[in-house]
Amino acid sequence: MILDALHRFGEYVLLIYRTLTWPDRWSVFVRQTFREITKLGVDSIGIVLIISLFTGAVICLQMTMNIRSLFIPAYAVGMSTRDILFLEFSSTIMCLILAGKVGSNIASEIGTMRVTEQIDALEIMGVNSANFLILPKIVALMVFIPVLVIFSNFFGIIGGYIVATFTDIITVAKYEYGIQSYYKEFYIWYSIIKSIVFAFIISTVASYFGYYAKGGALQVGKASTNSVVISSVIILLFDVILTHILLQ
Amino acid sequence: MIEVKNIFKSFDGKQILSDINAVFEAGKTNLIIGQSGSGKTVLVKCIVGLFSPDSGQVLYNNRNLHGMKNSEVRLLRSEIGMLFQGSALFDSMSVLENVMFPLTIFSKESTKAKLDRAHFCLERVNLKGVDNLLPSEISGGMQKRVAIARAIALNPKYLICDEPNSGLDPKTSLLIDELISDITAEYQITTIINTHDMNSVMGIGENIIFINKGIKEWTGTKEGIFNSSNKTLNEFVFASDLFRKVKEAENFAQSQEG
Ligand SMILES: Nc1ncnc2c1ncn2[C@@H]1O[C@H](COP(=O)(O)OP(=O)(O)OP(=O)(O)O)[C@@H](O)[C@H]1O
Ligand SMILES: [Mg+2]
Repeated sequence: MILDALHRFGEYVLLIYRTLTWPDRWSVFVRQTFREITKLGVDSIGIVLIISLFTGAVICLQMTMNIRSLFIPAYAVGMSTRDILFLEFSSTIMCLILAGKVGSNIASEIGTMRVTEQIDALEIMGVNSANFLILPKIVALMVFIPVLVIFSNFFGIIGGYIVATFTDIITVAKYEYGIQSYYKEFYIWYSIIKSIVFAFIISTVASYFGYYAKGGALQVGKASTNSVVISSVIILLFDVILTHILLQ
Repeated sequence: MIEVKNIFKSFDGKQILSDINAVFEAGKTNLIIGQSGSGKTVLVKCIVGLFSPDSGQVLYNNRNLHGMKNSEVRLLRSEIGMLFQGSALFDSMSVLENVMFPLTIFSKESTKAKLDRAHFCLERVNLKGVDNLLPSEISGGMQKRVAIARAIALNPKYLICDEPNSGLDPKTSLLIDELISDITAEYQITTIINTHDMNSVMGIGENIIFINKGIKEWTGTKEGIFNSSNKTLNEFVFASDLFRKVKEAENFAQSQEG
């Protein structure tokens, strides 16, 4: 088990090493990267929007119910909604969801290319297949996931705002006051930094599982499931590590 | 010229290739024939370096592939055109983009020249009007032809074809054989073709090696294949009714003469 894990980690490192070189053709690389941004990133805006909106609303509702107390001011609801979104939801939870959506997509795409010999075909032409296929995905996610995270922060706040507007459990004024009080700009940077690291994890782990898929369609499916599980665990692990480093 | 010396290859302890030796000359169509599962695909994958053999050498004009630096291998590979058994077209790219791909990566010509070249290759394999379709939108035989067009796009020095005409109708099959044989002679390409199609063997078999269960049993030409006394080769060749009848007719004619 441990030996197997070490073996896989070694393969992963070697793959990343082969991936992180200058592209042979910059024009091709740039085109591929934009294609990936559209396919993996822009197409995820919808799901990010919906999930963030609802989660923001639910957090706001739950906060109101839980901290209804004389000693805690009502605007604390807005404040804690904001902090939960910025600190954990919009970066970590969002990236876990994206690991499912985007990661499985990457793993199955590359896995299919592996089992149908498309990767062999690239290698035979003298193309560095790892660099050609994986680098654009890494760059695309590291550029675009932070954008999605900012969207998520924004729409989460809007979600809470909607609750404040359409229910009478908290007034809009107090919510507004809450989301502006004790604001720390660093929290935004914290969530962006985390998301960049998570983007790297999602893209490379998914690519690794796809690239080393063997067999047929069934194994590609398994590779894609494995990639989601493993990248989620690694994301959570790095969440702890990064929080320790950045917020201490 | 490609030379194969003492190639051994096994998977998980199962011996697939044993002591294969062969010489594939430039300007000739070299055929590797053998039953399904005999190890033809594994052999060509060892030849191009997708598998590394357990032992043995593959010499490209006397330089050993399995001793080259990575950069040298990549340079060599830009001179190899390979057709995979399952076509291996890039499924996110259109037919034209597939054929353009090697040109985009390696050719320094103008876009116009590259497009012309791609169209020329597509025409040579008799494909017109499918430029913008995806591989999933054309038939298996057409995919094969696109793959051939892609393999010859860069005017390769070495052309390796794994079953170029499986899944093609006899007429297209013949056309593909002729095409491969023509460009081989025209550009003095070192061509290796895996096949178990006897029509191809009789049509373009200038140099044939016969593999059975991972062992090279026989080498010769199409002229020699009919009269060989090798039992397994005879079984392979005359498995087809047609060829058995041809052989019988020939024997009959000979006995009449004698
Ligand atoms: N990657 C691999 N791992 C393990 N065994 C393999 C692998 N590739 C091929 N083999 C085995 O090697 C043997 C030869 O396979 P190969 O694909 O070379 O046959 P072939 O002569 O090309 O047959 P066909 O005409 O059907 O294509 C088979 O028994 C196959 O199971
Ligand atoms: Mg085969």
